[in-house]
Amino acid sequence: MSPTNYLLLSALLFAIGTVGVLVRRNAIVVFMCVELMLNAVNLSLVTFARINGSLDGQVMAFFVMVVAAAEVVVGLSIIMAIFRTRRTASVDDANLLKY
Amino acid sequence: MGTQSFSDALGVDYGALAPLLIVLGGACVSVLIEAVLPLARRARVQLVFSLAVVVVALVTVIVRATGGAADVVVLAGALSVDAPSLFLWGTLLALAVPSLLLLADRSIEPGGTFVADPEALAEAQEKVLAGSRSPSGSGIDSHGVVARRGGSGPGSGDAGGAEPPLMHTEVFPFLLFALGGMLAFCASNDLLTMFVALEVLSLPLYLLCGLARRRRLLSQEAAVKYFLLGAFASAFFLYGVALLYGYAGSVRLSDIASAAAGPLRSDTLLFAGLALLVVGLMFKASVGPFHTWTPDVYQGAPTPVTAFMAACTKVAAFGAILRVFTVAFGTTALEWRGVLWAVAIASMVIGTVLGLTQTDLKRMVAYSSVAHAGFILIGCLAITPAGLSGTLFYLLAYGFTTIAILGLVSLVRSGDGEAGHLSGYAGLATRSPVVAAALSFCLLALAGVPLTSGFTAKFAVFSAGLADGMAPLVIVGLVCSAIAAFFYLRVIVMMYFSEPAPDGPTVSLPGPMTTIAITLGVVVTLLLGVVPTAALQWAGAGPFLG
Repeated sequence: MSPTNYLLLSALLFAIGTVGVLVRRNAIVVFMCVELMLNAVNLSLVTFARINGSLDGQVMAFFVMVVAAAEVVVGLSIIMAIFRTRRTASVDDANLLKY
Repeated sequence: MGTQSFSDALGVDYGALAPLLIVLGGACVSVLIEAVLPLARRARVQLVFSLAVVVVALVTVIVRATGGAADVVVLAGALSVDAPSLFLWGTLLALAVPSLLLLADRSIEPGGTFVADPEALAEAQEKVLAGSRSPSGSGIDSHGVVARRGGSGPGSGDAGGAEPPLMHTEVFPFLLFALGGMLAFCASNDLLTMFVALEVLSLPLYLLCGLARRRRLLSQEAAVKYFLLGAFASAFFLYGVALLYGYAGSVRLSDIASAAAGPLRSDTLLFAGLALLVVGLMFKASVGPFHTWTPDVYQGAPTPVTAFMAACTKVAAFGAILRVFTVAFGTTALEWRGVLWAVAIASMVIGTVLGLTQTDLKRMVAYSSVAHAGFILIGCLAITPAGLSGTLFYLLAYGFTTIAILGLVSLVRSGDGEAGHLSGYAGLATRSPVVAAALSFCLLALAGVPLTSGFTAKFAVFSAGLADGMAPLVIVGLVCSAIAAFFYLRVIVMMYFSEPAPDGPTVSLPGPMTTIAITLGVVVTLLLGVVPTAALQWAGAGPFLG
């Protein structure tokens, strides 16, 4: 199978993640969609590593995983904090700051 | 000699990396201090330690910059320590000093923004309520300034030399980590390092935004918004990195440039990659249509954090934008520059027009920062030495002015905290002439009036744009500056020519730390306006090293 198909799959996953961030209401689900986008990028990094015949892309995928893990720690702690004070994780309810 | 050859063998130039290593190492030690010292002693130790780290790093940057050391690329091409890097590092570390002082100040409100002791928090709120019931009861001194310093927490019976209430000291390691990320971000020579540095600078900032103990809901909302949008933007940045890796087979900035100059390849990958990369970078710099988080986060975050974020993140992000545009995409500039013209125009117009409609001073500063991002982008788009030095100078000037303004904003308080609303500033000049004068001076600097740093910076950026054939962009910039001057002057007119409201906000007497931070900001703003030569020369010290 041509590696280009994996690039298309990765673009598709990235697009699904983007749409998810824009339409979903729950902060946790929004965040999961961001993670989907990051993993879509991982797929294209690995595919490009295969196409280019170098290992750099695979190493980069590891970096991305570590960064994504750190982001989960910070993100979930922030979402937990706001859930404790508001009893909701909906991004629509956080509406004190506007105009 | 032995150590020299050892570090040569590893390919690590510790001398060049020293500022970065000092700041990141200091951040790790700061975490340790957090773990071992008792709460009562932490605040002072952490402040002294963080200040020492930043000052030592600043000294090593200055020594290297004045010592004429050659530009080097270190860590197998990951970081480039060249003249612009050193200028950006110097700027970031210099801006970190007043930011740290603002963060650590516990005198304006009892225990500071990050007060640790819930009893002190409750007591302070009670006291504020009592004060608002009988506003004439709180001692007004001869300058018409209400003294509300110290002496209100538990265990501080007499107001004399008692310790102010305790604070959460996690802010210091967060700030040092964010600062280390910023230093790496603007010096990174490949896109993977840039991405990791972007996250290292962003993650502590997300947390810092949500740490306020008073106005908690606003602060947490700001943190959630900043985090979700920031993670979204960094995913775009990363996809851009992946596409450029597919295009060039490497993420080194200079390799991308040589691939673009080489035999014909798929331009789709190159320009799609650039577009996605730019989205992530512009988000961090709060440029134009990618600014939506800026007003909410600037308003909701604790004011000292806003000051640090507004000044330092902008410097780091524009440093990275300059490097990417110059080193990786300088050869293809003619093909993509038109699109970024539109982004710059959008940024200037959005910042100016929406800034006109704001009624909260922190939101106004946020929209003004969007407009300024547009002006700075003009300098970035002129890929010439003049554009480079003008942009660097602009970042230095803008950073100090913004820190001074936000420091002053934290002084003007009404019953429940900062008086953000513009109506609170009516007649401020009669209540506190010094604060009103300093705020007016800084607002004039943002407007770009001569004899302030804002004028020199705008002049440098606009003349570089004009010289590089961007006359229409410069004209839009000039028109926007003229319109933006209206909303800066509106605040000044309110402060000097309106009657103060009888139940209006009070002006806190700042403690020594806030005073030093504000004075530093105002003095640098004045000096860069009157004698800018030395800073301009340093900004133009040399080009990027690929």
